[in-house]
Amino acid sequence: MADTSTRLLDGPRGPKPKSNFSRRNIMLYGTLLLVAVYYAIPLYVMIVTSLKGLPEIRMGNIFSPPMEVTFEPWAKAWGSACTGLNCEGLSAYFWNSVKITVPSVIASIIIASVNGYALANWRFKGANVFFTILIFGAFIPYQVMLYPIVIMLREMGLYGDLSGLIIVHTIFGMPILTLLFRNYFTSLPEELFKAARVDGAGFWGIYFRVLLPMSLPIFTVAVILQVTGIWNDFLFGVVYTGPDAYPMTVALNNIVNTTQGVTEYNVNMAATILTALVPLSIYFVSGKLFVRGIAAGAVKG
Amino acid sequence: MTLVESSISIRDLDLRFGNVEVLKGLNLDIGVGEFLVLLGSSGCGKSTLLNCIAGLLDVSDGQIYIGDKNVTWAEPSERGIGMVFQSYALYPQMTVEGNLSFGLKNARMSKAEIKQRVSRAAEILQIEPLLDRKPAALSGGQRQRVAIGRALVRDAEVFLFDEPLSNLDAKLRADLRVEIKKLHSRLGNTMVYVTHDQIEAMTLADRIAIMKGGQIMQLASPNEIYNRPKNLYVAEFIGSPSMNFIKGTLEDNQFVAEGLTIPMEGYSFAEGSRRSGAAIIGLRPEHILTGDNLASAVARAEAKVSLVEPMGSDTIIYANLGQHPIHIRMDGQASVAPGDMVEIGFQPARANLFDPQSENRL
Repeated sequence: MADTSTRLLDGPRGPKPKSNFSRRNIMLYGTLLLVAVYYAIPLYVMIVTSLKGLPEIRMGNIFSPPMEVTFEPWAKAWGSACTGLNCEGLSAYFWNSVKITVPSVIASIIIASVNGYALANWRFKGANVFFTILIFGAFIPYQVMLYPIVIMLREMGLYGDLSGLIIVHTIFGMPILTLLFRNYFTSLPEELFKAARVDGAGFWGIYFRVLLPMSLPIFTVAVILQVTGIWNDFLFGVVYTGPDAYPMTVALNNIVNTTQGVTEYNVNMAATILTALVPLSIYFVSGKLFVRGIAAGAVKG
Repeated sequence: MTLVESSISIRDLDLRFGNVEVLKGLNLDIGVGEFLVLLGSSGCGKSTLLNCIAGLLDVSDGQIYIGDKNVTWAEPSERGIGMVFQSYALYPQMTVEGNLSFGLKNARMSKAEIKQRVSRAAEILQIEPLLDRKPAALSGGQRQRVAIGRALVRDAEVFLFDEPLSNLDAKLRADLRVEIKKLHSRLGNTMVYVTHDQIEAMTLADRIAIMKGGQIMQLASPNEIYNRPKNLYVAEFIGSPSMNFIKGTLEDNQFVAEGLTIPMEGYSFAEGSRRSGAAIIGLRPEHILTGDNLASAVARAEAKVSLVEPMGSDTIIYANLGQHPIHIRMDGQASVAPGDMVEIGFQPARANLFDPQSENRL
């Protein structure tokens, strides 16, 4: 009788070997690399340019690293670049943007999450009509409503003020955020909601103590969407606020489009990066949760 | 079981979703301390009925009484019920203790009272060591215990179970089934239990309500449902393997089908039913006699075996009785092979006759 080890014949045995350099992998990673480079180059040029002095920029090698690193453009962009007549840099406008973004994000998320919760779990009369109207709102171009809102804000005495802009942002965030929250809450097991009702929790009790603690991913998604959306907004900012209350994006535009004197590319680049820094850092901090939340909430209709 | 007084009374209950009638004119009285099982295939309205009792669905018409209170408009938490769900529905971010005490906190109960009730429930269900864990760290069986505990702490008059064991594996299901039965005899609450598993229904119930299309087909003790099914649907639904049906006619107190005559001596006809005409006979596989049991048979016949399924404890054989295919439950040690002829015997007293038109029992 043969020993057991001799029962193995030549040929495939154990796990199938995987080649790291298969054609499929080369295609896959090659494409990924290409796309990554394509998107990274502009950022690289911006950072490199912002660290150069003007004479070096005029030499024209936009891809070469700075010979002499200088942070002066950054300081200037933040503190003393001229936006129109005043030369205070972006700092004041940065705080304007913060004052606009923080309340708008908080208000819109609170309202939209309660909306979504009510739509998903408490099917009140007319819920479908309400939801349809809300979703319809997402498809109306902003520009159509610009002027009517100017009039409305003027009548309310909020035109040219930060609070007017905050209200506008909160309202315009409503359709997409409500949809997001409704879909997320619909995807949670319905029995959980039923169990909480049997346990005597009311509308707010279920919202705060049962659903909210399990909704971190979708709240992260909402925060990211809203922070980037509101921070990057230019149109509403320029229309509904006065020069003192301009958000950072409007100020950035004014710095970059200034027609007097030389164009300071390094300052422009630094100012742009400074402006983009907030949404960018939010992505870096919570990217993982973002993906999870998008997958959980946005896919299911 | 005699009903001393009813614990739950459902009167002319209608439930419609738009144009779809899910429950129509349903009446049901459940006695105090009774264990009632709602049994039916999916979509028969059994879970819907349970949700109506719980107050999780608004009824379209009719009334629901729990105790002697009309709770038709009451909130679920005001109905004195505890409910256990198929998916457990434990609050994932709370510990077991948090899960158990959530309802009590909502009822603004004192801390001492909550503590005492939670520890009592934990002791009954033997989940004391798990109190600090989150549901994610529990096994399926432990989760279901916690879910039962959540109903237990509420000191509810009525327990509602919505297919509580369906997500568990077979072994655990059998264990928890026994535990639920013990729990019922210990607590003596009224329990309403929804399932599609007939074993659970037969073992647990004082009475079973078999539902189909939003109506109760038969409401009776497990014994009665098994032995005297009221209609073809119930007869076919209960029993595994299911009942054999042979079409034929009833004449001179005999059931006659092609190549088969069974005298019906000893069969107790339903009150007021006809004694002749077209009929369907229903024979349970375990009531067809073979081997040593043949002595007690009233009529005998021979059947040709076509397939044998040995299951250890018993053997199911598929055979042809003339041209009627039947299956028979035999002793597990019986040695038969496809192609054999076996002698089988009938006991009219344990047979069932149905009217082919109305499908009701004769």
